[in-house]
Amino acid sequence: MVSVCFYFQVHQPPRLRKYSIFEIGHHNNYFDERKNEAIIKKVARKCYMPANSIILDLINKTDGKFKVAYSMTGIVLEQLEKYAPEVIDSFKALVNTGCVEILDETYHHTLSYLYSKEEFKEQVLLHSKKIRQLFNYKPKVFRNTELVYNNDIAGFIGKMGYAGIIAEGADHILQWRSPNFVYKPKGLNNIKLLLKNYRLSDDIAFRFSEKSWKEFPLTAPKYADWINKINGNGNVVNLFMDYETFGEHQWEDKGIFEFLRHLPSEILKHPDNDFVTPSEAIKRYDAVAELDFPHYVSWADIERDLSAWLGNKMQQEAISQVYNLEPHVKLSKNPALLDEWRKLQTSDHFYYMCTKWFNDGDVHKYFNPYDSPYEAFIAYMNILNDFRMKANKLGEVKVVG
Amino acid sequence: MKVLMFGWEFPPLSTGGLGTACYGLTKSLSRKGVEITFVLPYSFDADNADFLRLVSATNVKIKRIASALQPYMSSQEYRKSMGKKPSQKIYGSTLFDEVHRYTLAAEKIAEEEDFDVIHCHDWMTFGAGIRAKRKKNKPLVMHVHATELDRTGGHKVNQHVYDLERHGMHKADKVIAVSNFTKNKIVTHYGIPPEKVKVVHNAVDFSQHYYDEDFGIKKTDKIVLFLGRITLQKGPDYFVQAAKKVLGHEKNVKFVIAGSGDMEPFIIEKAAELGIADKVLFAGFLNNDDVERAYKMADIYVMPSVSEPFGITALEAMKYKTPSIVSKQSGVSEVIRHCLKVDFWDVDEMSSKIIALLRYKPLHETLKEDGYFEVKRFSWDTPAEKCIQVYNELISKG
Repeated sequence: MVSVCFYFQVHQPPRLRKYSIFEIGHHNNYFDERKNEAIIKKVARKCYMPANSIILDLINKTDGKFKVAYSMTGIVLEQLEKYAPEVIDSFKALVNTGCVEILDETYHHTLSYLYSKEEFKEQVLLHSKKIRQLFNYKPKVFRNTELVYNNDIAGFIGKMGYAGIIAEGADHILQWRSPNFVYKPKGLNNIKLLLKNYRLSDDIAFRFSEKSWKEFPLTAPKYADWINKINGNGNVVNLFMDYETFGEHQWEDKGIFEFLRHLPSEILKHPDNDFVTPSEAIKRYDAVAELDFPHYVSWADIERDLSAWLGNKMQQEAISQVYNLEPHVKLSKNPALLDEWRKLQTSDHFYYMCTKWFNDGDVHKYFNPYDSPYEAFIAYMNILNDFRMKANKLGEVKVVG
Repeated sequence: MKVLMFGWEFPPLSTGGLGTACYGLTKSLSRKGVEITFVLPYSFDADNADFLRLVSATNVKIKRIASALQPYMSSQEYRKSMGKKPSQKIYGSTLFDEVHRYTLAAEKIAEEEDFDVIHCHDWMTFGAGIRAKRKKNKPLVMHVHATELDRTGGHKVNQHVYDLERHGMHKADKVIAVSNFTKNKIVTHYGIPPEKVKVVHNAVDFSQHYYDEDFGIKKTDKIVLFLGRITLQKGPDYFVQAAKKVLGHEKNVKFVIAGSGDMEPFIIEKAAELGIADKVLFAGFLNNDDVERAYKMADIYVMPSVSEPFGITALEAMKYKTPSIVSKQSGVSEVIRHCLKVDFWDVDEMSSKIIALLRYKPLHETLKEDGYFEVKRFSWDTPAEKCIQVYNELISKG
């Protein structure tokens, strides 16, 4: 029996304006609303709307045998509500089928666990609340930003009451083991661990349109055949990827939607295959072993570590400075200030400052609104300096008062 | 393979990137077994005892032509320099007469020498190249390090120089441009078909070793450096305007202008007029050792050129671990990533980046380290190989 478990990440960052050094102290708006609006509308048109409609159709056609899960950040939901509310409605329709699971994560797509557990918890609760409000749904499985994971996070999330957590099926952790089983985090019995099968996931997410790939072109029967081969030596294949894979990273004219449309029926041709959501996988399968993740692992780049966000001095400085402001921001009890501070924590801001791929023509570039990592750092630091002045002022007033 | 090369500056008698480029390229070509006869103008009153020693390679032969030609010279400047030297009767009375004299002398050398291909560097030598080709019927390569449009920033273009450049490029069998930026100019403004123009980016020589030195001025101030000819092409006026803006926000910083040129009096006055005369220091024209020290002393190097075909100075600054801010209107900005880039006219952005580098230490450090690492990968072997490829293609075509 092979169960296929799809989870799609839905996220768009709150992109920042190119804030000038001369604006520090003027407390102008930090966010590039026009760009954010244009991008969310474009992605809604190219990806979210067509993909949602195909998936709804597939669920109906297969009588609910096709199932998927989504993790949607609070900030993408905010942007959708504001600029493309039709996408929210179509997600609601999907959730109403009962075949769609929603995962929890940090509302602002942050690395807060690394800097402040208290702040991390608040952001997770905020996300949970947003999902309940919009979809009347209570998530049971957690995924951390960029699949950043270690033993401690699993323990923390277990204590918060989640039944499962998601991580990257990194080779250096798995070694000889397969990602196609349910595991449990080291020393924990209250929470199970699902690992991304990165080879099969990346075949769709990264290699689908790659002409130099020996498997090009990838077809649904061929892919289903790869899944079938797992029969007998695996229980669950976790295919985790950005939702923007469909129509945005891989383009419609390259056949990505056709692939999606045909994949479920091809997989279901084999009588032993089915689809599950993360919660169902956890419920159905026992953990085969305990896995030890002493160090942080993520799903980014070949390193599968934190170096995409914290690899250079600029990134380290910027992120530690933003978290240093926590006491001031919280003392101010000012909701607008708190919201702004949290939006400055979104991990994408630090990703844009990454220099490690900058030498070789780079994958990161497509996703980067700045001309260079240096421009990203300058804009961010200018904003942070302005924000610090604001936070100090507001934070102080409260102390005195 | 034997190459007859015509140039007009070579270290240490060089005032700019052309000499550095010719030297680096020649050295690497000779290492790769290319035999070069390098024909150069040679001024009697210049001190050039070390001149030949610099070319250590055995298969480089230097042929000198006594001449008052100096790179980057304008007609007026030539006249001025001639006025100071009434004794030198052999020289032509105008710049163009002198270029013509060089051309005739070069033709003679071409007659005597044995070679497979002719390689000329910039307009003063184009006439010589054409004559050498006519004499021996060998393929001709014109290497464009700068055009008249770059030198003048597009204003007051000297028609005669432009015509010589255009004629030379049309007569050439292949044109080498130091950047895509320059190739575009050659295609658009000189009417050369794009397939005839090959881009060969410059490089930087990494042989010098790096050592630390204490500079007194740095105890109190950070240094922002401009290094280049003080001419319209290099954008010194934008540098001074940016200095004014930066000084409104940052106190302990000095702006150093190293170089000389026709705009120097104007720039000095401009600094005074802006009320920053005490913060802008003029270092004058620097010799090679002092250039090195200037790069090391500087915290930030700014190259605000209005039109810069390549811009080797940016690579040199990075080699000395000085973060660079370079004009987007430059060739070098096509090939380096670990620097900051601005439009030369955007004084706000230029000053904003200078301030960011002064204030944000991790930015300065990352650019310093990554820039050094990046520039290390440059080598004159790359352009030399591309030139050899051009030679081979032309020779095989007969």
